[in-house]
Amino acid sequence: MSARVLRDGPNFTGPKLESALTLAWSRPRGLIGWLASVDHKEIGVRYIVTALIFLALAGAMALHMRLQLMVPDNTLMNAELFNESFTMHGTTMMFLFAVPVMQGVQIYLTPLMVGTRNMAFPRLTAFSYYMYLAGGLFLWGCHFLGFGPDNGWFSYVPLAGPQYGIGKRADVWAQTITFTEVAALAVAVTLTATILKQRAPGMTLARVPLFVWATLVTSLMVIFSMPAVALDSALLLSDRLVGTQFFNPAEHGDALLWQHMFWFFGHPEVYIIFLPATGFISEIVTTFSRRSMFGYPIVVLSLVATGILAFGLWVHHMFATGLPRVGYSFYTAASMSVSIPTGLQIYCWIATIWQGRPKFEVPLLYVIAFFFTFVIGGLSGVIIAAVPLDLQLHDTYFIVAHFHYVLIGGSVFPLLGAITYWYPKLTGRMMSEDLGRVSFWMVFLGFQLAFFPMHISGLLGMPRRVYTYPAGMGLELPNMLSTIGAFVVGLAVVLFVLNLIISFAGEKAGHNPWDAPSLEWVTSSPPPEYNFAHIPAVESRTPLWDDRTSLPVVYGLKVESRELLLTTFVSASTETREPSAMPSIWPFVSAIAVTVMFVGSVFSPWAIPFGIVPVGIALTAWFWPKKPEPSEEAVIA
Amino acid sequence: MTASGFQTALGGDALESHNFLTLFAVFMIVCTIMYLLVIGALIIAMWRGRRRGKELVVETGRHHETGPAFRTALIGWTALIVVGLTSLTIASFFTDRSNASVARDPGLTLKVTANQWWWDVEYTTHDASKMIRTANEIHLPVGVPAEITLQASDVIHSLWIPNLAGKQDLIPGRVTDMQLLPRKIGTYRGQCAEFCGIQHAHMALDVTVDSKGDFEKWVAAQQRVAFAPTTPLQLAGYHYVTTRECSACHTITGTPAGGTVGPDLTHFASRRSIGAGTLPMNTGNLYGWIADPQSQKPGNHMPTIGLEPADLHAIVAYLETLK
Repeated sequence: MSARVLRDGPNFTGPKLESALTLAWSRPRGLIGWLASVDHKEIGVRYIVTALIFLALAGAMALHMRLQLMVPDNTLMNAELFNESFTMHGTTMMFLFAVPVMQGVQIYLTPLMVGTRNMAFPRLTAFSYYMYLAGGLFLWGCHFLGFGPDNGWFSYVPLAGPQYGIGKRADVWAQTITFTEVAALAVAVTLTATILKQRAPGMTLARVPLFVWATLVTSLMVIFSMPAVALDSALLLSDRLVGTQFFNPAEHGDALLWQHMFWFFGHPEVYIIFLPATGFISEIVTTFSRRSMFGYPIVVLSLVATGILAFGLWVHHMFATGLPRVGYSFYTAASMSVSIPTGLQIYCWIATIWQGRPKFEVPLLYVIAFFFTFVIGGLSGVIIAAVPLDLQLHDTYFIVAHFHYVLIGGSVFPLLGAITYWYPKLTGRMMSEDLGRVSFWMVFLGFQLAFFPMHISGLLGMPRRVYTYPAGMGLELPNMLSTIGAFVVGLAVVLFVLNLIISFAGEKAGHNPWDAPSLEWVTSSPPPEYNFAHIPAVESRTPLWDDRTSLPVVYGLKVESRELLLTTFVSASTETREPSAMPSIWPFVSAIAVTVMFVGSVFSPWAIPFGIVPVGIALTAWFWPKKPEPSEEAVIA
Repeated sequence: MTASGFQTALGGDALESHNFLTLFAVFMIVCTIMYLLVIGALIIAMWRGRRRGKELVVETGRHHETGPAFRTALIGWTALIVVGLTSLTIASFFTDRSNASVARDPGLTLKVTANQWWWDVEYTTHDASKMIRTANEIHLPVGVPAEITLQASDVIHSLWIPNLAGKQDLIPGRVTDMQLLPRKIGTYRGQCAEFCGIQHAHMALDVTVDSKGDFEKWVAAQQRVAFAPTTPLQLAGYHYVTTRECSACHTITGTPAGGTVGPDLTHFASRRSIGAGTLPMNTGNLYGWIADPQSQKPGNHMPTIGLEPADLHAIVAYLETLK
């Protein structure tokens, strides 16, 4: 230990070390300090809470639409309001709820699960949150001001193009996408870097928790898929704003180009939402089955295979567009093949439960609900992968049923389980188990009542995105059931949120209330600003279950300033130390500047050249180089 | 056909929709078996766990070991998925080929152009005087393969007549096509299946599959020019329609009305519905539609022009002669 630089070690531990680390890692108090925070736990919670608010808004909108569709020829909503509602519902659920909530959980958990003190680029993470929030406020602000988008969450041209999408509605949609792309890409980059370079020593790629593996695959998918929709929406904006003709068939543009690029992103998007949920399931199944995961390498390879195959399926959204039939067969085969890795993962989870000693607590109940629900969605996905079947079912309520089974059954159920599972880590308290079970059964059964009849209404000829339907087509009963079920789900979500709030005063949770095996449970609940007093060293996939008296740790990081340990990316051997960024207000200021530029560019192209100046100033301030402090190197013990 | 079976994918009233039913049944059988296997295994797994008691023992030490039975079962499960998917893909491919075979020798060719929010229908023939133009309805002879050329004049639409076939998009700047081989005489309903703007929900069309004789009669009737008005009231309506706002958008063959923006009205009163399936065709609905189309189908491109009652009576009386 050097006299000048204080580092943790066997002789420097306990409360003295903790107070020194708290000093180094805490942020200034007050509003400025709050806005300047770069703590991944704070940012992760902000993401999750914001995403849940958007879930509530878009969910309320869904209930409104279900009331409209409860009876035929209803006049509760007019066509304009209905069209805007389903556009807002889809856009919000995909871009402002599903992706951000998953990324929020990933931001919170990844550094804890890999055993590090913060994300790789903490200020970029902070910036991403403000961009996401600005995008959400922009979209909903425009909606409340009366010019929310109304062309569907897919915003097909030419309907959304300059000729038919009059007003600013389609621009608002496209620019919302830009905001969320920037946020999602920034998070994906920081997560990837964190996972590849900041894992605790000994956490080789073969010992990485499966949720972290899912996070890595998801983040790489974001990096490869989001640019497609970024380009797509940029072309749309320039068509609308400066009169380029990329999508205008009358000027040799192409209306289908939009769809290719949109779905090249849009299909991977589904897996970007689903794969983190498979990570939740793997963690929950392991903990509650009291057994390490069966077939770990198979699950990892399945995740990677899904991530790759997801990029080869997009044309199955376009079977009705009249592309060559032989080409369609390829996409049918590719779409079906993606159920192989998913089938393998399902086998591994069931085998783990089979060989373990399952404890049926609320998180595991949600996983079981996942099996009952998601498998129906997966199999109806096999049905619509077949061209002759899809041509009938495409754009009907059968599809609405299918993707809600996949996205709610496949992602939201595991998410609710995950929230119940990690809530004690975030708050230090347990969620009420009784209330948890009541809302579980309501959400599970209400969901089936709401969405199973949609298979039937689709087969009976009900197209999607219609604000009303005529009587006498046999659609009355399934629609009535769907509406009732939707309200049961709505009530269940209210109970779940109520449980989240009242459980702040719930039973105290210790470090590891579920007796789980992964690193996030080794630190206190909620974790301190610096996550771990000493960086843990990992010797297996289930470090907390290994027969040992205490977890091995490594020493030698600075305690008076922020420092991280970097490790090699395959074997996670110690490599070097790296300073970690201090809190800064500049990510927030930069996000404001970028927001002004993005919002302005909806109205005038000149917002780009003029708006870039404040952005440049803010970024310069953000990245202003600091004089490096000379520091004596110490050996990492 | 049941009372409500005029717009259903389960109708099976043509070659393609019949193939759909067969293939759908095959898929449903395979998928149900797979679902039961997964759920059965899950229930057994949970049941075994319950029997082992509640003590919270972590299966440490040997928890990386796996019995050979599980590895064998894993290979079996993978093989089952692969074989199942391969069979379904092949079944799908051959069904697709069977559907495509209709196109080989069409006995009838039509052109459908989709507009916000109505369907323009042309029966194409080499003899220009025999051309038929109608809107929001298709008549087909049973047992005759028909080929429909599809175009869109504004945004993307999708033609879906579920009782007869799957849907096909109509895309501006492209020409697509659809083949139908109707097998049952009947009246069906089709609807736009791609979101196309504010009145997407009210963009339907009536489809009639006739015997060959009835179809020929319908064709002959459609090839005639519009009936001339006979009563003074009809004559007043004729004058209004052919000289005032209506003729700017609508064509009535044999009269000066020659607009091409809206549906052709030559044999308007012979159709089953008004406003692309928005209202059933009857005198009351016709009054409502002509007086105020914007309250019947808000946002559609036909303006409410504030007709005097006398003009309204006359227009309706004239339009009702257009059988």
